Amino acid sequence: MRYTPLAWLSLLLLLVVGVSACSKRDEHAFYNSGLVYCSESNPVTFNPQLDTSSTTSDATSHQLYDRLLDFDPDTGRIVPSLASSWLVSDNGLTYAFQLRRDVKFHTTDYFSPSRNFNADDVIFSLNRWRLASHDFHFVSGGRYPYFESLGLADNIASIKRINGYRIEITLKRRDSSFLANLATDFSVILSSEYGKQLMQQGFPNRIDQYPIGTGPFKFESYRKDHFIRYAKNTDYWRDITIAERLIYDITPRSSLRLAKLITGECDATAFPAQTELEIIRNREDLTLAEKPGLNIGFWAFNTQRPPFDNPDVRRALAAAIDKNTLLEAVYFDSATRAKTLLPAASWAFQNDADDTAYNPVLARKLLASAGIEAGFSMTIWAMPVERAYNPNATKMAELIQRYLKEVGIDATIVSYDWATFRRHLQDGLHDSVLIGWSADNGDPDNFYRPLLSCGAIPSGTNRAMWCNSDYDKLLDRALATDDLEERKAIYQQVNRLLYERLPLVPIAHAYRYQAYRNELKGMSINPFGGVRFGGVSKTL
Amino acid sequence: MIRILARYSILFILTLLVLTILSFALAYLFPGDVLENLTGITPQNDMQREALMRQYRLDQNVVVQFVHYLGDLASGDWGYSFSSGLSLREEIGIAMPATIELSFYAILMALLIGIPLGYYAGIRSYSVSDKSINALSVTTYSIPVYWFALILILIFSLNLDIAPISGRISLLFDIPPVSGFILIDIMMTENIDKGLAMRDAFSHLALPTFAVGAITTASVVRLIRRSVIDVKNRPYITAARSRGLSGWRIFSQHVIRNALLPILPLMAIQITTLITNAMIVETLFSWPGIGNWLIQAIYQRDYPALRVGMLAVSTLVISLTILIDLFNRIIDPSREKYERATV
Repeated sequence: MRYTPLAWLSLLLLLVVGVSACSKRDEHAFYNSGLVYCSESNPVTFNPQLDTSSTTSDATSHQLYDRLLDFDPDTGRIVPSLASSWLVSDNGLTYAFQLRRDVKFHTTDYFSPSRNFNADDVIFSLNRWRLASHDFHFVSGGRYPYFESLGLADNIASIKRINGYRIEITLKRRDSSFLANLATDFSVILSSEYGKQLMQQGFPNRIDQYPIGTGPFKFESYRKDHFIRYAKNTDYWRDITIAERLIYDITPRSSLRLAKLITGECDATAFPAQTELEIIRNREDLTLAEKPGLNIGFWAFNTQRPPFDNPDVRRALAAAIDKNTLLEAVYFDSATRAKTLLPAASWAFQNDADDTAYNPVLARKLLASAGIEAGFSMTIWAMPVERAYNPNATKMAELIQRYLKEVGIDATIVSYDWATFRRHLQDGLHDSVLIGWSADNGDPDNFYRPLLSCGAIPSGTNRAMWCNSDYDKLLDRALATDDLEERKAIYQQVNRLLYERLPLVPIAHAYRYQAYRNELKGMSINPFGGVRFGGVSKTL
Repeated sequence: MIRILARYSILFILTLLVLTILSFALAYLFPGDVLENLTGITPQNDMQREALMRQYRLDQNVVVQFVHYLGDLASGDWGYSFSSGLSLREEIGIAMPATIELSFYAILMALLIGIPLGYYAGIRSYSVSDKSINALSVTTYSIPVYWFALILILIFSLNLDIAPISGRISLLFDIPPVSGFILIDIMMTENIDKGLAMRDAFSHLALPTFAVGAITTASVVRLIRRSVIDVKNRPYITAARSRGLSGWRIFSQHVIRNALLPILPLMAIQITTLITNAMIVETLFSWPGIGNWLIQAIYQRDYPALRVGMLAVSTLVISLTILIDLFNRIIDPSREKYERATV
């Protein structure tokens, strides 16, 4: 009996010695072999065609899949990807794509491809969202929000297979943003062979849960609220370094993501909070990359409800608020003041656009002449979630509430949980709302059309419920030309029109941030969509 | 002996019955649809709904529903989680062992550190070392576990950077959950560097185990110290001393056993406190145990998960309490007489 503690102790000692016996080199090699990314939430699906949220595209688009075309992250120009070259006909309606021959789909536990990527896969992938008659169109719900909001399916007349590695797409109307749309996170290429196999097995749903693509990583496993595991695609067609493993550690709390980044449990994190940026900047072992983001935070008025259908009232409200104060208080210098919908990162950005100014005297005068008496009450809807374009809508709403009080308006702040909030917005129950938009590609049409065109009211992205035929005509005219200067001139007219009618007050373009440990090499912010880990490596 | 076992089994079954009634009632008490709260399945159409109603006997009276519910629980059909859509039995099957594992190491720590320290303090009672041990244990005992865990994170993870703060092992290791106990699972996983994985798992275990174990250690120290001092003042110790026995012999032959016996039941009570503490600490260290899992279920209004989770946790606590009680009876039969006398 007396020796029992001694026996315990020696056992413990043995364990500690045995465990610490492995060499430092093995250890480094192991920890260097994989990347851990602390992501903010669960992806809705593993097919980005089905969802526009950035969580989904971060987890899928650039890891599991490739697109026909890509954006160059530095210049924003469209560069070849699965399509090695393309030709546009003189009338701008027919696009011919030459495809790469050496691309293999993922080989996993659940699928091994018998052939390389070819034209059938492109047709399969595009037709899935385009044609209701496609076998997989209604699998997983049958909604393709990105393509729907742009009306892309209606504009494609046909997709033809010329030969195994050449396809031709014919449009009904000219669309100078068409190539850009094919390069977005959502236009991924799926495997038609895998689709057929699943259909035969009777589990078509699995195509979006057990994804097969051509990207640098292949899917291994996913546990909701915990992790997503990816393994290296050893057959990847691009000659880049790819880590052996990639793991998404799903961590909704931003403070915990930062803590894990500091302890090295994560190598990179999504969406550092504005208040944490200073901490990251001050640490020598961390890097904070920032780039002006393709986004806009704004205050939209419900233009279908009186008195907000009156442009003078909207101008008065815009003049009542001081945008600079909002920027300082809500974004902590991590955003630039917005004059129009377009941020400076877009090629169509207009430097000398008109902007509203803080002028409470003018505001009161305009309100009086519009017949709005002191004590008028309205609602400000503040979105309940954090987004880069508006990290704290409630705080912003409170500031605006105070400004409005000065011009004699009583504002109440309204908020629901995110799903209910969006549903009520779509029903038009709001007077005004603080919300925003992150663009999916660098094309200006991606801001103007979803946010304010008549067609975007039913699809639920036009929060001002504003419909103006002049505006829609200008947007269509801009798409009908390939001359960038001419398009730019048209967008300047659009800006002018928006300034006069003011269906919404542009507030800020937020920077995009990415925080990662210095050991990571090859990380860069992709301004045109999701995060990418192909080409990223780690050296401890 | 058999009578004691029978009495405890009846007690156990009755308590479980009350708990299952409560858990079944929750399906009615939670907001929303009873069918959905009970099964976790949202029917897509009326036909499916009717089929489900029939399958779960929801079209009959409450007693039939409840009897069927008991059958489902027994056969492992615990329903599905709203938020993940996975079988609740599987989810709890992964979460529960993690909590048990953490609690087990914490108990181990409390016993390995608390017992020797308690004896030492008791033997050297009212000396400087005893007073310092006592002061330390009172301080540790008074610290709220939540705050204590945060302080540990601040010092050891964020400032000194010597221990990770979340999870059971670096996610770079792909350890499929077979038993649910991480150290056992590592041993059962092929194709990984087991030594490295073990070390990683230990470094993840260190802080949460310490956070949970420290408070229990403190109370074990205090209990043992008190008991040793009591035993030291007994006449038989004075007698032994007057016979000229050495200090060590008195300690090993008379004090150890006699001091341990009266406090075993008291130490056993600590286990339920410890599990509660473990569930709190889990949420801070993102430990994938049942406490963390229940908190997530509360956030996400996952009613089926709350219903079964409540049942699983209370079953665990009650089973442990009853087992410990039974154990106490067996090692110390005099307790029963005493209790009878008081009734």
